[in-house]
Amino acid sequence: MQRFIHIATLLACLALPAVMSAQPALAQSDTPLQNVLQTVRERVANPSRGTVPEVLDALLAAEAPGTVDFLRAWAERGVYERQGDGLFFFAREEADRSLTLLDIDRGTEAGQVGSRDVNQIRPNAGVRREIGAALVQFELTDPDPARRRAALESAARSPDPDQIPALEIAIEAESDPALAARMARLHSLLIARFETDTAIRVAAIENLSGDISTEARRVLNQLLATRAGFAETLPEDTNIARIRTPGQDIELAAAYAQLSDAGLAPPRPGRNAIRDALRANVVNGSVGGIQVHQLDTDAARREAYRALEDAGTVPPLPSQAEMEAAVATHVFFDAYLEPDRAVTNAARDALDSTRTVISAWQFLGITLDALSLASIFFLAAIGLAITFGVMRVINMAHGEFIMMGAYTGYVVQTLIPSYTLSLVVALPLAFAVAFAAGVTMERLVIRHLYTRPLETLLATFGISIALQQLAKNIFGTQARPLTAPDWLAGAIRFNDIVSISTIRVAIFVMALMFLLLLLYILNRTRLGLEVRAVTQNPGMAASMGINPGRINMLTFGLGSGIAGVAGVAIGLYAQVTSEMGANYIVQSFMTVVVGGVGSVFGTLAGAGLIGALQKGIEWFNPANTLAAQTYMVLFIILFIQFRPKGIVALKGRAAGD
Amino acid sequence: MAMPVSETTHAPPAPRRSFLHENPSVLWFMACLGLFTLIVSVLSEGMGTGAISTSLVKILGMTLCLCLIAIAMDLVWGYCGILSLGHFAFFGLGGYAIGMWLMYARAEIVVRDNLAAGTIPPTETEVAEAVAAQIFGVVGSSELPLIWSFAGSLPFQLAMVVLVPGLLALVFGWLAFRSRVTGVYLSILTQAMTLALSLYLFQNDTGLRGNNGLAGLQNIPGFLDVPQSVLSVWFFWASAAALGAGYLFFAWVVSGKFGSVIRAIRDNETRVRFLGYNVEGYKLFVFTLTAVISGIAGALYYPQAGIINPAEIAPIASIYLAVWVAIGGRGRLYGAVIGAAAVSLLSSWLTGGGAPNIDLGFYRIVWTDWWLVLLGLGFVLVTLFFPRGIGGLFDYLVRKKP
Amino acid sequence: MTKKTLLASATATALLAAGPALANCPIQVGVLHSLSGSMAISETTLRDVMLMLIEQQNAAGGLLGCELEAVVVDPASDWPLFAELTRQLLSVNEVDVIFGAWTSVSRKAMLPVLEELNGLLFYPVQYEGQESSRNVFYTGAAPNTQAIPAVDYFLEELGVESFALLGTDYVYPRTTNAILEAYLLERGIAPENIFVNYTPFGHSDWSTIVSDVVALGAGGGQVGVISTINGDANIGFYTELAAQSISADDIPVVAFSVGEEELSGLDTSRLVGHLAAWNYFMSADTQANEEFIAAWHEFIGDESRVTNDPMEAHYIGFNMWVNAVEAAGTTDVDAVREAMWGQEFPNLTGGMAVMNPNHHLSKPVLIGEIRADGQFDIISQTEEVPGEAWSPFLPESATLTSDWQALGCGMFDTATETCVQMTSNY
Repeated sequence: MQRFIHIATLLACLALPAVMSAQPALAQSDTPLQNVLQTVRERVANPSRGTVPEVLDALLAAEAPGTVDFLRAWAERGVYERQGDGLFFFAREEADRSLTLLDIDRGTEAGQVGSRDVNQIRPNAGVRREIGAALVQFELTDPDPARRRAALESAARSPDPDQIPALEIAIEAESDPALAARMARLHSLLIARFETDTAIRVAAIENLSGDISTEARRVLNQLLATRAGFAETLPEDTNIARIRTPGQDIELAAAYAQLSDAGLAPPRPGRNAIRDALRANVVNGSVGGIQVHQLDTDAARREAYRALEDAGTVPPLPSQAEMEAAVATHVFFDAYLEPDRAVTNAARDALDSTRTVISAWQFLGITLDALSLASIFFLAAIGLAITFGVMRVINMAHGEFIMMGAYTGYVVQTLIPSYTLSLVVALPLAFAVAFAAGVTMERLVIRHLYTRPLETLLATFGISIALQQLAKNIFGTQARPLTAPDWLAGAIRFNDIVSISTIRVAIFVMALMFLLLLLYILNRTRLGLEVRAVTQNPGMAASMGINPGRINMLTFGLGSGIAGVAGVAIGLYAQVTSEMGANYIVQSFMTVVVGGVGSVFGTLAGAGLIGALQKGIEWFNPANTLAAQTYMVLFIILFIQFRPKGIVALKGRAAGD
Repeated sequence: MAMPVSETTHAPPAPRRSFLHENPSVLWFMACLGLFTLIVSVLSEGMGTGAISTSLVKILGMTLCLCLIAIAMDLVWGYCGILSLGHFAFFGLGGYAIGMWLMYARAEIVVRDNLAAGTIPPTETEVAEAVAAQIFGVVGSSELPLIWSFAGSLPFQLAMVVLVPGLLALVFGWLAFRSRVTGVYLSILTQAMTLALSLYLFQNDTGLRGNNGLAGLQNIPGFLDVPQSVLSVWFFWASAAALGAGYLFFAWVVSGKFGSVIRAIRDNETRVRFLGYNVEGYKLFVFTLTAVISGIAGALYYPQAGIINPAEIAPIASIYLAVWVAIGGRGRLYGAVIGAAAVSLLSSWLTGGGAPNIDLGFYRIVWTDWWLVLLGLGFVLVTLFFPRGIGGLFDYLVRKKP
Repeated sequence: MTKKTLLASATATALLAAGPALANCPIQVGVLHSLSGSMAISETTLRDVMLMLIEQQNAAGGLLGCELEAVVVDPASDWPLFAELTRQLLSVNEVDVIFGAWTSVSRKAMLPVLEELNGLLFYPVQYEGQESSRNVFYTGAAPNTQAIPAVDYFLEELGVESFALLGTDYVYPRTTNAILEAYLLERGIAPENIFVNYTPFGHSDWSTIVSDVVALGAGGGQVGVISTINGDANIGFYTELAAQSISADDIPVVAFSVGEEELSGLDTSRLVGHLAAWNYFMSADTQANEEFIAAWHEFIGDESRVTNDPMEAHYIGFNMWVNAVEAAGTTDVDAVREAMWGQEFPNLTGGMAVMNPNHHLSKPVLIGEIRADGQFDIISQTEEVPGEAWSPFLPESATLTSDWQALGCGMFDTATETCVQMTSNY
């Protein structure tokens, strides 16, 4: 707890003039900080964003020694209130979960208590932000660079004109160039936002043009905040953003409602108000001369209302023409909250200058997302590209091989504590497990059904539901996370608009590696040659001395094993559940079919198309992810109708049937 | 004694005998169905002794509807060779079509009762708005989507029960068969169709209450005072009648020349095409016909289930349908009925907690945990060793007979 | 154990007061939670906690001189099966009460059957409100005892000006977000500062959505996320949040469906400071909670298992039901329902839970920040707030109220002074 050892020397030098007027009572007391705190006890114990500024003002004004350290401890939940006397303490947690209280002013031990005898004060994030902002002035020049950086973050989160002089001092003293640059940038943002001299301010704003960072655009947008208003004539002194023409930019009824709300026009009763008015004026079973039972159309009701209106019992219903006339006497507009036109013009120009660049970056972001999604689809489907694409075996249990791999990763992770090492072990192990399962399945079931493809589909589906349920029985239904090692857990950030998580990049690289590996195996190795031979003509292959049974077994094992490895990758980015395989199976089949059965490049093209399509649709309809999936599947159905052999259609003998 | 004859064997071109005489299995089936209906009615809570609870009557009635879609599946797969993995989409659409009327009409009754209590009679707009709020309030909206425009009309929605699945099947089938998509490709395509449909319905914007689906369908407007114990028997009868009629119709369809052609398409499509038959037309007809029957089965099923939601038409449901037919025995209508009834009843018995768990001392077999494992493996075994399914046992009996 | 003695003494006094008991022994308690399918992840625990509570009650002498017997069935996350099994429980097993359901869809599926057969359901999960069935007691939070206070916290304590409402696409998020949107508009948040997005169950591709939320920051105001994402999808969502290093200081996320159970096993060190709003957190430092957790660990035989809000809801609901049965002297549904109104039972977090005549509880609202160990730091705890069945912020329910005791109606229109309907909407 070295923060308690710090003496608040800074406090003294920052507040020299005020020291003279310090209150004598506090100066004499040997617990000055505690005394100040007790004056605002309730608000220290139950801090809220609304009340904390007063507490901070009171504490900083009292200038008791140790205030800065107290504030830090307070924000970090290191302050406790003792029940009974309401005194505040720091505390040290002991091994038996009891607490040793430490005096706030002297740091001496003040007894040991149980956790229920004191209230730990837990300021929320909003309060912590306020405290952080109050500490900025002390910490910007702190010797510890980490603390200076934290202070800068605080200042960026709660911008305040008072920070400008403190920043100017700090920039002078800063030795770390990165921090100095950050301070300068923050300084210019503050100038743009708060400076009173228009010329300086406009210059600072113009400096921000072309800046696509979130914080710069935030400042500009804040400068451009508007409010809606109306007046009889356009006010001269107001900084108008735009004029709204009733009927075009603003609905007539809405405009009229603004007028009537302001009492400038009679209110226009809605349908319900008409009904209520009629209901209140029923006399002898009729309203305004119309029988009650006839009032079941809007026209009849309006007529009855007119009758009441003529009789003067209800306020008049303004007609369309009257409404238009009333609205026509006023101008409706949006006005900037910032009165200075030069400033808003500069801000708007600066913001406009970034628009194209931002769109381009956003497009890049979507492209990256699409690529990432495509690589996930590809990874899920690549095993299928072998078993289905090359061998023509419909394996509905393919998804369960993915699941098996993922659970292998999970089990390895529970056994090996190091995330990196466990990943290194899990990848080959997942391959081995899924390979073994695939070979077993091929030998026991699929081998007997090579001539009956539809029945292969059904049998493997049976295996799929059995495996899914088995996984539930063994691992439970709780979704299990696979935790990525730290070096894979972050994101690669291009700028504030585009970033992609490292794990997705890793999946992309992995998909690429598998693609190359598969191409190599199929086209450059003996096994690949034999596989192609067996698929194209098993009889001829057998007579050339190839054992088709062995080749089929190995090929199926290879496809399954790759699915297992894909499972680890998918588990890392999403979650491991017994149903994860089922979520990918239909999409994987579609990927292979769309791409063109029998071609690894086809699968790649299929995954690319599906990924791009899904993200493309999401781009147009960002609020509804399901719609994207629906239209994607519809598109695929149509696509297959018109190009049944897929994108990469094999020709000649390789095409099989 | 006449025993069922396998439909797959061709009858010699002998003098034409009556349809029932040629298909004794139909008579047997009708007799069994009639007897079963009678027994259930007599023992039911609403009409008889009460030995069979209302919830069981509902389960049995729903099972009959599943049998109906199973024979439709058998026609399209077992006889025509199209392994459709999307027939539950049609089943669901039928359910949605009738469900819309059930919900709308019930809500309208409630709303009119409530609004009539006011001093001034409601306008039609007010009624429509209140009905919309009633139905869509739970999904955070209060506007009636366009597709609900005629939901208040029973004839219209009944037409939809037939037309929507029929049209979807027609368009989809036309596209698919035209491009000569066959075999496993067609299976995957039908699976994609049902996936797309369920994803579409899962969206709230579709106007069918998204994941929430349509609920309270067991309350039949106009019969709100009839207790469920009686209603359940009515629906049981309706389901039995529909199954009987469907069975008769399909048995008739497959027994004639049409049946021979579609079986020939199953066995060798190319050859049939060379013989001059319009293969695509036959397939399209069978696909659409079975879709319509599936829609009707769905329309009878969901008022008994009480709720329909898009999860009902997820691809897995249609695969289970194929499983039932395969276990029961393809290419014979009674096989499909046996498969659907046996597997779905066994499934609800074992997962409903009805079956006693077995304690092996070292391990306790909990049926809810192991039923699916058992079903999956059993299914593999059936595919591998008994491709004729349970229905195949009848062949065995017939052959054993001297 | 003080709780047991408390129960025992309650039993004794109630027995003395109620005289001879009327019940068929053993008393059947239906437990209708999914033990398979996508919701099993959350609901299996509730089955276990019910078995524990029943075992404790039997050890304390049963109820009305009878043993309690749990009838456990598995609706397998299949909504129609919920309806079917409710009918079976009520008409075949003839249970006296059902504890069950999690998703609102499943509750809505059960409703017509419950109302038809006059059953009694205790529903333990926070939900969207807009409902007050004669046959259901809602022991979870309504929007005004969870969502609205959390939004207030965002507005007042965190100064959030731009809201992203992310939810799974089903009834609870839809209705809650509709209420919250209306509430935010009323609090002066501009419509363009409210971003709403729905994703399917089990969604895993969160990258684009999280980027969209980050992009809101450029608009000028502090951004906050209100998450009604349910179930498995949360793992992918929080993984993406952590990967993009979105700190709670920059964009706080408050979740209504994420508790200790959902976080267990997740590496929360990168999620520290994000929030959840509930009526209970396992970290609540009270005597009663300590005992409850100890009993749970002993029952389940695993020290690492966590407790959560719906478990506490069942704990309170079950104990209230026990007390109501004792007060009524019978398990008859109508008598028990009347005895339920005004029932009080101490919360595990301190204070008293009260069952109001609108069948909703008065409970304190807690807001917690995620800690690195997967638990929550309670940073805000209100007084007891009475749950509202009908939201005043939606125009269609603004004039509705529910009071089964005084008005005998769960959907009473205060404008027209009429009972809109006796049955619920489903």
